[in-house]
Amino acid sequence: MMNSLTEILVIGTHPDILQTVLRLLNTQESWHAEGVSGCEEAIAKCRLQTYQVLLIGGGLTDMEEVRLQTEIKLLNPAIHIIQHYGGGSGLLYAEIYLALGTEHKKNRL
Amino acid sequence: MAQTVLHAAASRGGADHGWLKSYHTFSFASYYNPERVNFGALRVLNDDSVAGGRGFGEHPHDNMEIISIPLSGALEHKDSMGNIGTIEPGEIQVMSAGTGIYHTEYNKNKEETVKFLQIWVFPNKRNVEPRYDQVKINAPEKPNTLVQILSPNPDDAGVWIHQDAWFNLGKLEKGSQIDYTFQKKGNGAYIFVLEGDIEVDGQILSTRDGFGIWDTDKFSIKASSAAEFLIMDVPMEF
Repeated sequence: MMNSLTEILVIGTHPDILQTVLRLLNTQESWHAEGVSGCEEAIAKCRLQTYQVLLIGGGLTDMEEVRLQTEIKLLNPAIHIIQHYGGGSGLLYAEIYLALGTEHKKNRL
Repeated sequence: MAQTVLHAAASRGGADHGWLKSYHTFSFASYYNPERVNFGALRVLNDDSVAGGRGFGEHPHDNMEIISIPLSGALEHKDSMGNIGTIEPGEIQVMSAGTGIYHTEYNKNKEETVKFLQIWVFPNKRNVEPRYDQVKINAPEKPNTLVQILSPNPDDAGVWIHQDAWFNLGKLEKGSQIDYTFQKKGNGAYIFVLEGDIEVDGQILSTRDGFGIWDTDKFSIKASSAAEFLIMDVPMEF
């Protein structure tokens, strides 16, 4: 059976923020998110599984971010690599919708 | 020739959670429109009303410059760096989330609704040390002038952020006009009308309309009625 879940890997050095982001992502029925705290672990995960999205959180060095972009794209050219800005209030979902080309979700007051 | 974009007040996204009513100029939370994600480095412009005693519980941010401008009532902030502060109209608050910060924002008053703008700007430097500040906004030196409330410079008027952005509040009497010159080549300006009617580059704007203008060095704002507005001068590429 085909897996219809969007697989998301989150990398973040701040453990509490990482857990919050994972909790929020996994409230979405069609998404499944896992988290890692460093570059090596992220690359190792991507060798074993195909993710649609890699979310990069704060705390990585510029060199680590460049390394992630190049090595993970080599492993999985179709992956969307995007940054997130914390999990509390708003951007998380929009950045993923944008990366995945999701249709409009227009709520109006 | 100048390029422009109009976001009419009624076209904004929104959320009504009972205790929170929020209008989103750009995609935010459950409002998503790929044509309205940002204006240059300006990523979020939320027009929020929070009921008495209610607010946003503890939540994290990283790598974002977050600015709050109260319009009425009082907003209380507490964060994981130990900062506690309350801001009221005539003040502005900034938080550089940098490597990561947790905070709460609550309506300080039990009875009165707090109304405020929450604005997020992409930083020009990632993973900075988190920082919080709040300042009183200077009164205008004379009528029909702009008051700078934000810049990239710690020694300049208002708060400062990690981005080549300048914010100005304007208050014009009916019939008056001001000219605005961009602070930096390559920047654009997003004008958000707080109250009244103005005309920018031939475009008539009313309360809560937003208008972006770029690829020009300057523009004029003319007040068709007594009006208050915010000009956000931000890099279009960052």
